[in-house]
Amino acid sequence: MTEPILVLDDLCKAYGALKVTNHVSLDVRPGEIHAVIGPNGAGKTTLIGQISGALAPDSGRIRFDGRDVTALPMHARARAGLLRSFQITEILPAFTARENVALALQAREGHSFRFWRNVSRDAALNARADAGLAELGLETRADVRAGTLSHGEKRALELAIAMACGPKLLLLDEPMAGTGREETDRLVEVLRALKGRYAMLLVEHDMSAVFALADRISVLVYGEIVATGTPEEIRDNAKVREAYLGEEAVA
Amino acid sequence: MHFTPARLSRELLGALVVFTLFAGLPVLADLMGDTFIVFFTIRVMVFAIAAVSLSLILGYGAMVSFGHAAYLGVGAYSVAILAEHGIWDVTVSLPVTLAVCGLFALVTGAISLKTRGVYFIMITLAFGQMAYYTATSLSAYGGDDGLTMWGRTEILGSTALGDRTVFYYVVLGCLLACYLIARMVVASRFGRVLQGAKQSEMRLRAIGIDPYAYRLVAYVIAGMMAGLAGALLANAAEFVSPAYMSWHRSGELIVMVVLGGLGSLLGAIVGAASFLVLEEVLSHFTQHWRLIFGPFLVLVVLFGRGGLISLLPGGRKND
Repeated sequence: MTEPILVLDDLCKAYGALKVTNHVSLDVRPGEIHAVIGPNGAGKTTLIGQISGALAPDSGRIRFDGRDVTALPMHARARAGLLRSFQITEILPAFTARENVALALQAREGHSFRFWRNVSRDAALNARADAGLAELGLETRADVRAGTLSHGEKRALELAIAMACGPKLLLLDEPMAGTGREETDRLVEVLRALKGRYAMLLVEHDMSAVFALADRISVLVYGEIVATGTPEEIRDNAKVREAYLGEEAVA
Repeated sequence: MHFTPARLSRELLGALVVFTLFAGLPVLADLMGDTFIVFFTIRVMVFAIAAVSLSLILGYGAMVSFGHAAYLGVGAYSVAILAEHGIWDVTVSLPVTLAVCGLFALVTGAISLKTRGVYFIMITLAFGQMAYYTATSLSAYGGDDGLTMWGRTEILGSTALGDRTVFYYVVLGCLLACYLIARMVVASRFGRVLQGAKQSEMRLRAIGIDPYAYRLVAYVIAGMMAGLAGALLANAAEFVSPAYMSWHRSGELIVMVVLGGLGSLLGAIVGAASFLVLEEVLSHFTQHWRLIFGPFLVLVVLFGRGGLISLLPGGRKND
């Protein structure tokens, strides 16, 4: 078995007496989609925060791509190839879709202390941004201000931004949140097409999406991983059924 | 913001109109035999430079500096203190002025930019007041009373700046240069990072950019530009005083930028001109001119969300 790209080793975080992350260990292998599911309040968002670098764990280590990134801030982890999307879409609303992706490409190319050239006339950069948009079906929306895109398009744009950064792992925080049935199906197709190209840690509420995409699923309940396994194993796991699927089961 | 060709040419057109007006004014004043208007417009252009510099960080970087007048003062005092020691030449005074202002911006910016929102406003105000009280306590250089310069900066030994018209066009050249530099910075990769950080700092961190260093560099550029305005102000008045860096002055600079239109460099120039013209005209009618100016400002902010610039043909609304 190949070396995992991301390893969470015994992460703990507490807010006062409340243990939101309780000895969480899991890993993501290259090319794999590993989903984390759990009921509301299970600590999914806090876990994402610690992996992305927005929050510091109280104890435990995070290894990414062979190095310990526990102490690295978010922007340094992004540079290393750990890219996240946000539960509540986080795009640059006054920029066009193209400018959003171009800025991500620009970040990947090194520092941006470049003052002389007009960036909007950088043909090579724009062409690459357009290629990134086209990959997610946004090619006709390149000149539209990101703030006026539809919700589903914003979701796709977030993905295009993350992909422009040269990710080794995509950390997807509820990418289906707030999307309609049709848009969800489209996003599932998009993610399925990307499967194998990037490792993904998918935190998601939408059960049908999770079971359609994931190679492995970990179930988080009250800050603890109660089970990890293939979709079939998780579906048949009695503990999981009791803790979670029982109330929100999806056929 | 994206410059489509149509919008770009409108912005260019606006700039062309504004700078043509500035360039033609001394000729017009000569015909009318009115010299006051030339002195007045020099003042307008000096404050326009300061407003452009503030617009760069306020309009494009969302850094609400309430101590920006400090750079006017530090720039003015640099020139005047050098002159007091017999150093008049621009080859020395300009680099020294820019270096001092740049250093002051680097140190205070490095600290201020650790804070956000209202704390940033307060800390820049505090640094501005520090500069103000330092100037009032410089008893060797006039203290409260200020310091008179017995002449103007020399250019390689020439006293050409003593000529009103030459000085006018030098100030206009500085304004044009600052406007073009600011435009270039805004449209560059650097400018895109700055404007991105204004919209969402979290988004920038998530793609691997820490905005701090970019904001700091923008802050230093703006500080140096305002310092240049200060040096010109000292030359225009042949006098410097702590009043240049009072917090009222910082507030006026913010008003100029907002009045002209946040997120438009041309707007900052139009805002500075409108502010000073209104102040001049209204104060002829009554010494309580602010009673009229205040409601006017409220109306502009309420109904012209893009500032005065959005009402002009070359205008562009804030993104």
